[in-house]
Amino acid sequence: MNLTLRIWRQQSAIAAGRFITYQVKDVTPDMSFLEMLDALNEDLINRKEPPIAFEHDCREGICGSCGFLVNGVAHGGQRGTTVCQLAMRFFKDGDTLTLEPWRARAFPVIRDLVVNRSAFDRIIQAGGFITAPTGGAPDANATLVQKEDADTSFDAAACIGCGACVAACPNAAAMLFTSAKITHLNSLPQGQPQREERSLSMVVAMRNELFGSCTNHGECEAVCPKQIPLEFIGKMNRDLIRALWHRHREPLVIPGTVQLPCAEDAHEHFHEDFRLPVQEIAHQDPLQKFQADLDPESQVRATK
Amino acid sequence: MLDARIPSGPIDQKWNKSRYEMKLVNPANRRKHSVIVVGAGLAGAAAAATLGQQGYHVHCFSYHDTPRRAHSIAAQGGINAAKNYRNDGDSVFRLFKDTVKGGDFRGREANVFRLAEVSVNIIDQCVAQGVPFAREYGGILDNRSFGGVQVERTFYARGQTGQQLLLGAYQALEEQVAAGRVTMHIRNELLDVVLVNGIARGIVTRDLVTGQIECHAADVVVLATGGYSNVFYLSTNAKASNCTAIWRAHRRGALFGNPCFTQIHPTCIPLSSEHQSKLTLMSESLRNDGRVWVPRKKHDTRAPKDIPEAERDYYLENRYPSFGNLVPRDVASRNAKEVCDEGRGVGPHGQGVYLDFADAIHRLGLETVREKYGNLFDIYQRITADDAYNVPMRIYPAPHYTMGGLWVDYHLMSTIPGLFVGGEANFSDHGANRLGASALMQGLADGYFVLPATVPDYLASTKLDSVSTSGPEFMAAKVEVENRIHKLLAIEGNRSPDSFHKEVGKIVWDNCGMARSDAGLRKALARIPELRDEFWHNLRIVGTGEELNQTLEKANRISDFLELAELMCVDALHRTESCGGHFRVESQTTDGEAKRDDANFSYAAAWEWRGVGQAPALHKEPLSFEYVPLSQRSYK
Repeated sequence: MNLTLRIWRQQSAIAAGRFITYQVKDVTPDMSFLEMLDALNEDLINRKEPPIAFEHDCREGICGSCGFLVNGVAHGGQRGTTVCQLAMRFFKDGDTLTLEPWRARAFPVIRDLVVNRSAFDRIIQAGGFITAPTGGAPDANATLVQKEDADTSFDAAACIGCGACVAACPNAAAMLFTSAKITHLNSLPQGQPQREERSLSMVVAMRNELFGSCTNHGECEAVCPKQIPLEFIGKMNRDLIRALWHRHREPLVIPGTVQLPCAEDAHEHFHEDFRLPVQEIAHQDPLQKFQADLDPESQVRATK
Repeated sequence: MLDARIPSGPIDQKWNKSRYEMKLVNPANRRKHSVIVVGAGLAGAAAAATLGQQGYHVHCFSYHDTPRRAHSIAAQGGINAAKNYRNDGDSVFRLFKDTVKGGDFRGREANVFRLAEVSVNIIDQCVAQGVPFAREYGGILDNRSFGGVQVERTFYARGQTGQQLLLGAYQALEEQVAAGRVTMHIRNELLDVVLVNGIARGIVTRDLVTGQIECHAADVVVLATGGYSNVFYLSTNAKASNCTAIWRAHRRGALFGNPCFTQIHPTCIPLSSEHQSKLTLMSESLRNDGRVWVPRKKHDTRAPKDIPEAERDYYLENRYPSFGNLVPRDVASRNAKEVCDEGRGVGPHGQGVYLDFADAIHRLGLETVREKYGNLFDIYQRITADDAYNVPMRIYPAPHYTMGGLWVDYHLMSTIPGLFVGGEANFSDHGANRLGASALMQGLADGYFVLPATVPDYLASTKLDSVSTSGPEFMAAKVEVENRIHKLLAIEGNRSPDSFHKEVGKIVWDNCGMARSDAGLRKALARIPELRDEFWHNLRIVGTGEELNQTLEKANRISDFLELAELMCVDALHRTESCGGHFRVESQTTDGEAKRDDANFSYAAAWEWRGVGQAPALHKEPLSFEYVPLSQRSYK
């Protein structure tokens, strides 16, 4: 079959980008989408034109490297399928396909279809781990884990960190990604000691990375190649509220961001002179704002 | 020349004794030591995280956009550990024995024993990190059987064990990044190792986004950069997996161990078109219930359902009645190749055999088969559009793992002092054939337990002068790297990097793949240098070196494959015996099985670089088997 491709070309992060149209001939149904792009790139090299930069590695749908929008749909629209596993038999002769990178403020374009997803790593750094230094672990069967909990944990841990959820979300929210990691670790007994710090810190980190908020569109779940369910966002929000009421200490240190205490704690730990203007706190720390909304007393304090 | 530094004493006390004798670094002094770890897969991420926890200042390099992408993530089946939770007779000694035998007696006993010994700690460590292993209703960990062994010692997380173990190591690594003890250098590729006064003191890297060539100095360098199956072009490895790090270290003096020991996995989806960019593995577990067959008649183009039972050849069941379809990987692969070479292969290119579930569905019912293998049938359908519940799957062997790698001693140090090598990148534990579910075990054993003991010992016992990245050795290496990049860009020929990769891959596959012959290897050795020469005169890269240029990255990696391919063939030609995955057609038993030659080849071959196109020098590390007596494997 023959296809027309409109592909986003952008030479670097600072260069302006635009769509360029290419014709691809003799595409066979058993080719994968990326093999079709390989063929186009070979053709471009023959014509001494710069090939299209796109990310890919395992081509088995597990490493999470690949991903771009095909006609506006992340990973091309086959349920539970990354674009590397998308076969060309789902398209037909004469189709015009528009390919563009993930569009999100938190994922700046590096080149063509390649974006920078380091924001995800920083969310993990904020608390997406269980502190278990090598060497001191008890016997693996010393702590029993209910099968249901282990299964829920696994369902969440299946996330491959590709970023499709962000790209599909009208708000460019990273809630599905963050909630998957929080659910993975918070569902297990091993994850309990850090449960509250983790939930608070990761949500703050997510907000600081310029991801938007969830407004329950469900687009993320629809495009997720690992079919992570939307209910994990609800679980994360429940854990967040629980953590806000229970917490007795500050969130973990988040690299690259200014740590601000919530208004409620501020008078305990900080001298009056060191307190930042309240508006600025509210602007920078979503938790503080969140808590202020919940607690009328703190609102009174905040407006003092 | 080769001192493997194996501790003396009984095999079950060697590791403890060795750890007791190792020197330590005072906690207050650790942050003054810097460690470079290249690669962030299981071995690299585990080592970087653990050394960071101990207090060293670690710099970890990855060519991916995040350490979570490393190809360890694609491992499906599971990880072995001698926990004996099943009470079915497993022990550290039995895992040790199975691994030595499975490797066809070409691994080092002391290393294999240590691997079996620490396997139990790996599972504890991973569970503590929150790896969601499969569990039973009582809450304890589940086990399954794997790769034909007689105990259930494999721990698993559905079909994504590698992913879950890697995420555990990745999260531990990111925690150290947040703590400031590990500095991650993402999208950075190693292009050279720098030696000062004969010891490894740093690396030269290329920033893949800006193209900048940079030098990094440290007290010790650890390579954990994976295997080199992509030398075949088509393999189950990820597209970017390459040999550049270990090959550049080899060129700087690290000996290369057993380069011809590669594993061809029997159950992969066959090649369908010339555009195909990689091969996809279907879990070995399918052979538990699927029956392998081909038509008895040559070039039989009938649909499988039209071929009557009497005209089908269930060749594994017929030839190996006691193991049947569950023979080890090397045996299953070789037999598939044989029947296809006879012209009895199936599918559009005749390169495939049937893996038939009709009997299993009849015996167990459709629902049971769906429950056991449903996700694999889905993967198969996604790629081939065939419904394996109704028509037999077609499978064919594909390059999967490399047992060879940089030669290392018991401490996992290469022949360059201060250069350590972990995981698939080293040659140490699997001999001539790796058993299923052992790769994850080795990567994590090296990363969590072995390197974090041996690297500090090296730091404590070595006098390290201060070095600067502006020193002459660094500057010289940097200029060399820059010149090589410029040379690649300046060729301006007519062929793309991929076209060379496909061609060299086919040469190595045809002549140094599942069956190797004297004549074939000589043919390959004549052809590879010609192709390499053409590469350096007729390559075309579009774009510059100062930008994200994926074509340049590929070309640079292929330039190393073109040298490694030659060494593989040299090694395969010199080893005139058959062992494990290395099958020399001249050395087989009367019924066509691999025949070892222990009198002449009971050694690890370690090759020394002598220059491009120069014959490498062979060094031998003799292997002795005190605990597992040498015997011929038989699966009849």
